[in-house]
Amino acid sequence: MGQTITQKILAAHCGKESVEPGELITARLDLVLGNDITAPIAIREFEKIGAQTVFDKDRVALVPDHSTPNKDIKSAELVKIMRDFARKHNITHFFEIGKMGIEHTLLPDEGLTLPGDAIIGADSHTCTYGALGAFSTGVGSTDLACAMALGETWFKVPEAIKFVYYGKLPKWVSGKDLILYTIGKIGVDGALYCSMEFTGEAISELDMAGRFTMCNMAIEAGGKNGIIEPDEKTLAYIKPRAKRDFKLYKSDSDAVYKNVIEIDVSKLEPVVSFPHLPENTKPVSEATHIKIDQSVIGSCTNGRIEDLRVAASVIKGHKVHPDVRLIVIPATQEIYLQSIKEGLTEIFVEAGGAVSTPTCGPCLGGHMGVLAGGERAVSTTNRNFVGRMGHTKSEVYLASPAIAAASAVLGRIGSPEEL
Amino acid sequence: MIKGKVHKYGSNVDTDVIIPARYLNTTDPDELATHCMEDIDADFVKTVRPGDIIVADDNFGCGSSREHAPIAIKASGIACVIANTFARIFYRNSLNTGLPILECPEAVAGINNGDTVEIDLESGKITNVTTSNSFQAKPFPPFMRELIEVGGLVNYAKAKVGR
Ligand code: SF4
Repeated sequence: MGQTITQKILAAHCGKESVEPGELITARLDLVLGNDITAPIAIREFEKIGAQTVFDKDRVALVPDHSTPNKDIKSAELVKIMRDFARKHNITHFFEIGKMGIEHTLLPDEGLTLPGDAIIGADSHTCTYGALGAFSTGVGSTDLACAMALGETWFKVPEAIKFVYYGKLPKWVSGKDLILYTIGKIGVDGALYCSMEFTGEAISELDMAGRFTMCNMAIEAGGKNGIIEPDEKTLAYIKPRAKRDFKLYKSDSDAVYKNVIEIDVSKLEPVVSFPHLPENTKPVSEATHIKIDQSVIGSCTNGRIEDLRVAASVIKGHKVHPDVRLIVIPATQEIYLQSIKEGLTEIFVEAGGAVSTPTCGPCLGGHMGVLAGGERAVSTTNRNFVGRMGHTKSEVYLASPAIAAASAVLGRIGSPEEL
Repeated sequence: MIKGKVHKYGSNVDTDVIIPARYLNTTDPDELATHCMEDIDADFVKTVRPGDIIVADDNFGCGSSREHAPIAIKASGIACVIANTFARIFYRNSLNTGLPILECPEAVAGINNGDTVEIDLESGKITNVTTSNSFQAKPFPPFMRELIEVGGLVNYAKAKVGR
């Protein structure tokens, strides 16, 4: 019987020929990661295990990105726990402020996540690296602690759902729209515990940024991982970055899927997720009556240079609506610099937008754009739960960078076609 | 044996309402517990008593990987969560941190908010004392039972490191 790409990667990491859905395995890990919210708890648990040091100082990544630059004293203390731990154990990949970025954008860009890898991170959006043809999934702090000590963890091999996207992508329909549409179709638990395999001609057409966005949000449908078979675009992205060997896997043609879902993308229009669940999707044309107070462009979902280019192309020559705060957050220092070099930052600032240093910030209602009661934001982030961006009486509408940029100008949700 | 009053919720109770991100600048269980469920049920913290039980519909604990969620629930006094289904990271985190959780759609359907419920974790038997109905939860697979028996993942890793 054929194997899916996820089964093949898991089999290779537990020393087996093949694995079956439902099987419990112990797998070797290529990278484990934590951030300033999850790592401090992991470090406390790590101390209890009694390991002398981490399993491999080059394969533990610690990224202070959620509340940084430190938003308050308590956050500063948490980052200090991480920093002290990184120094004590000579962790190679601790990313200090000024060199950091949002973990799920930073680590692939640094060449630390590679095709064929098995990766866990104490952050739910660790599934992002599936865009490279890796198996990666989010876990909690205790899992991270044990993985830092042992270099392995247990998994239940997931069943897989195959998504086939066919047809030509209409203008302004992006990877974000594909994944929001998909979540709207299957629901926030539509892929509970499953591997989501994204395939088809529309996926081949997507750039790496769009593929990262899609795999990033697999968790928003309850998925264990999102994954895309590597192709020449993957290799073009990964070759200049990889510092170690990697392996390309593909699903067998007779691999077994729990379900196959086909989506004709040529009929789609940009999608907006209404509060308070990502599954509450509507076409943007049905959202144009929603007035907004804030537009956020950034996060691990849509803070890449490609996202900023789209947003800048929409905003160029316009001003941000007088009733709207536009907040743009490049996901990493490298993207921040590139945005300056390409003149994108200038476009945002001239239009009346605020451009921030890399941080998760408003995405989780932490800082740098928290909402007051009754306020509404359109955002390129990935969650619109109650209170996610601030007050429990505030609202978040999820959308692509193009829609968030156009909405910032219009003062209400809308599409670039309306400018 | 667990015995307590039920606090019942619907589907997709996410980790942001279990413990909002604005409180994630601490890892202290008791401090986290003072904000548990605050954004979905402001009265929870005032009414919860040690030994109480949370019952919910589908996909309990969806959203972020924050272990603060099961930690806050446990520290608030909740002795067990029963749901139709759990989000997978929350499921892992609960096992790892020692918060008992049970999947049992029949029990969820047969228990109302405020009922008194008794749970035998070993056998998975759930009894609604208020209505005198009982239900059987799905047992854990052997590996996970082993994990629970040794007292969670940290003890499991400790034994491995010691070898
Ligand atoms: S940007 Fe948002 S979703 Fe991504 S890692 Fe940061 S807080 Fe999590």
